[in-house]
Amino acid sequence: MNKEDQNTEKNPIEEILRMDRMPHIWCPGCGIGTVVTSFAEALRKEKYDLDKIAIVSGIGCTGRVAGYTKLDSFHTTHGRAIPFATGLKLAKPDTKVVVFSGDGDISGIGGNHLIHAARRNMDLVVICVNNFNYAMTGGQVAATTPKDANASTAPYGNFENAFNLPYITEAAGATYVARWTALHLRRVTKSIQEALNKRGFSFIEVITPCVTLYARRNRLGDGLNLLKYYYDMSEIQHGADTRTLDISYQGKLIVGKFVDKEKPTFLDAMNKHLSSVLGDKYQLYGDNND
Amino acid sequence: MTEIRFSGFGGQGIIRCALIAGKALSLYGNKFATMTQSFGPEARGSACSSQLIVSDDRVLYPYITIPEILVSMSQEAYDKYESDLKDDGLLIIDQDLVKPKPPRGKIKSYSVPSTRFAEELGNRIIANLVMMGFFTAITKITTSEVMKKGVPGLVPDRFLELNLKAFDKGYEYGLETLKKGK
Amino acid sequence: MKKSKADPKGVLTGSHFMDGDYALAEGGLAAGCRYFGGYPITPSTETAERFSERIPYVGGVFIQMEDELGSIASLIGAVWGGKKAMTVTSGPGFSLMMENIGLACMMETPLVIANVQRGGPSTGLPTLTGQQDMMQARWGSHGDYEIIALSPDSPQECFDLTIEAFNLSETYRVPVFVMTDECIGHMHEKVVIPPAEEIELVERKWYKGPKNKYLPYKNDTDGIPFMVKVGDGYRFHTTGLTRDERGYPLLNAECQATCVSHLIDKIKDNADKIIHLKETDIDNAEILVMSYGITSRVSIKAVQEAKKTGIKVGTMQLKTVWPFPEKRIKELAGKVKAIVFPEINAGQVVLEAERVVGDKCKVVSVPHYGGWVHNPEDILNAIKEAAK
Ligand SMILES: Cc1ncc(C[n+]2csc(CCOP(=O)(O)OP(=O)(O)O)c2C)c(N)n1
Ligand code: SF4
Ligand SMILES: [Mg+2]
Repeated sequence: MNKEDQNTEKNPIEEILRMDRMPHIWCPGCGIGTVVTSFAEALRKEKYDLDKIAIVSGIGCTGRVAGYTKLDSFHTTHGRAIPFATGLKLAKPDTKVVVFSGDGDISGIGGNHLIHAARRNMDLVVICVNNFNYAMTGGQVAATTPKDANASTAPYGNFENAFNLPYITEAAGATYVARWTALHLRRVTKSIQEALNKRGFSFIEVITPCVTLYARRNRLGDGLNLLKYYYDMSEIQHGADTRTLDISYQGKLIVGKFVDKEKPTFLDAMNKHLSSVLGDKYQLYGDNND
Repeated sequence: MTEIRFSGFGGQGIIRCALIAGKALSLYGNKFATMTQSFGPEARGSACSSQLIVSDDRVLYPYITIPEILVSMSQEAYDKYESDLKDDGLLIIDQDLVKPKPPRGKIKSYSVPSTRFAEELGNRIIANLVMMGFFTAITKITTSEVMKKGVPGLVPDRFLELNLKAFDKGYEYGLETLKKGK
Repeated sequence: MKKSKADPKGVLTGSHFMDGDYALAEGGLAAGCRYFGGYPITPSTETAERFSERIPYVGGVFIQMEDELGSIASLIGAVWGGKKAMTVTSGPGFSLMMENIGLACMMETPLVIANVQRGGPSTGLPTLTGQQDMMQARWGSHGDYEIIALSPDSPQECFDLTIEAFNLSETYRVPVFVMTDECIGHMHEKVVIPPAEEIELVERKWYKGPKNKYLPYKNDTDGIPFMVKVGDGYRFHTTGLTRDERGYPLLNAECQATCVSHLIDKIKDNADKIIHLKETDIDNAEILVMSYGITSRVSIKAVQEAKKTGIKVGTMQLKTVWPFPEKRIKELAGKVKAIVFPEINAGQVVLEAERVVGDKCKVVSVPHYGGWVHNPEDILNAIKEAAK
């Protein structure tokens, strides 16, 4: 249901925002809002039926996204957005289910769910805002914090290895994997559009500045400067070997679309397999199975 | 109330024996039946056992205490469980697989070459059904018709007939045994 | 409360010789459960196995999740997707589920969790029985809330009470626990499954009003809000944060009071309707033996012996353990000399009995640390002692 024609003056993003919940809690200059704008833009461009899409977030600054989007929206628990979305998708296969959450939520506490949803090729769109830290709780070190970066629980610098999320998700079985920075607005939008049209597990990592915590602690600048910093540090390499996508502190950021392939989803595989084994006795499971 | 223990080694279908009897007696034999099997540490090792309590009233305490009937299809199981058997209980063994000790108390014992009969019928895997037939004849716990109703669904469909044949073989042998006064 | 008959597709009408674990799955299927997310754990695994075997013929989804955190989260998602959903677990898995049980309470999500209890703490006794998670069921997730917990005494009651659990969960929009145990889970007995038309189910409380008027947490006249599911065009929001009628976070003391008191009151105020007890020989009893689950059967054995010695004993089986039958127990406390309370733990639910009766009568705990059921003799001795 796209009401674009009726309210031309309105910012298109308002169509998918809960304006009655504004102002939002994000800091001025925070990149999360930029990613939400790209998401809204993708829905608008696709003329997506907003009644047929649900959004699930975990906990964190990014976890607040579900609460601000005027869709069927769920703000769940820390790390459990993907399994929540899994149940939702399986119960209501004709709904597009988007997981929108932070790096800590999705790859730290929820990392196990991430790889298993990818392994199953669960038909979900996962948008992971990577700000290199646990922002909501005050800038602690995360599984994504680059080596040597400073965090509130790594006050002398981080000495742990960081996850390379495109590599992990590809290895686990994702059928669509991309990485952008938040300032790649059009590219992020396009990736989300592609993911929305894909059947399968899509993973989009968006490198996003946390001005208040990560950037300040690591003296990376603020506001638009910072957005621009990430943008300038990035280099587009579509189809790059995901093994080469480690992110180093203040180093180059390889972005692009790395994986886009077809594979049966969990439900496709379930229906196909059980039909072939059980024949007519199998109760085909699908969209009209309310 | 009757407490029964079926015992043997893994793979003989010992659990199945209690399931068949429990199902037959509770669904078709107008009895209450509660079947338990060991899952705990005592289930380790090669002696395998299943327990059945049969009663005219609801079974309250779910486990057997002093079994009145012990069915043993392996030496190890016999050695492990014989001492639990009630002094005037009933012992039923596979005569080729169990060498019993000298009789104790007023225990009555009966034996059947169940595995040998099963082999003669074409598959040793049905020895447990030979045993069930023999058990039914000796204990008279119910009729052979009722007991046989417990079998479908608990053995593979395509082997149902063979299993019932094995049951009949054991049952007839049991009747003969009784006639001969052992 | 809208009622309907069970869908015959899920109902395995007839008499079966079945274990408690299977009966849980059959109860769920009969109640219309079409989503099961689980993770294997002894002694509950057979329920998941049964569901996975049956659901392709019924129409629905079984998924073995990567852990119990995932199972319970997926259940909540599935319910908001419109399905009835259940899972089964035992101690360690139950512990992992706790955070999202709180989420289910907060989001007022109807679902059913069966716990086939084993001895704990920690890995404890995987293959042996216990009733040690009763307080965890009541209090295990953080914060204040109320849940409903039922406790079956047999495979038959595993079937019956799972249906009751679904009905209660839909009526009150709350997670309901079926707190069974290893002994019953692994015990085979006769289970009679009635024809579908004899199984009465409570339908979800679907909202039917105008779309723009829908408020996810506005209580209806019966105190329970209406529900919608994704895809119906409501574009609603719900959260684990303290929230207002709109389902929007509102983080202050007033909203907290409204939100939390509602979660508690909807159960407490309806306790009389929820609680399901089975009493015998209560009228002239001088001793009341209270128990639940497998222990209530073992108790009857002791009670029969006690009666032979002339002691007047009544029994109360708590088919509903939570909410606790405070009112009825207060009534009886004034009439009996003592309450004897055996359970397979160090004394958990008995604490509630003690709290409720105060000094109106004696309360005697008969603990058992798990691994086996009580020896009826121990319960008998406690009865005799209490009668002195
Ligand atoms: C079980 C649990 N543990 C810890 C927390 C505290 N917590 C809230 S948000 C958060 C980190 C979020 O980080 P991320 O997902 O990266 O989101 P961001 O705030 O950076 O957007 C943590 C640890 C919690 N809510 N729940
Ligand atoms: S703390 Fe960081 S991530 Fe959170 S709102 Fe502020 S800038 Fe954004
Ligand atoms: Mg983060």
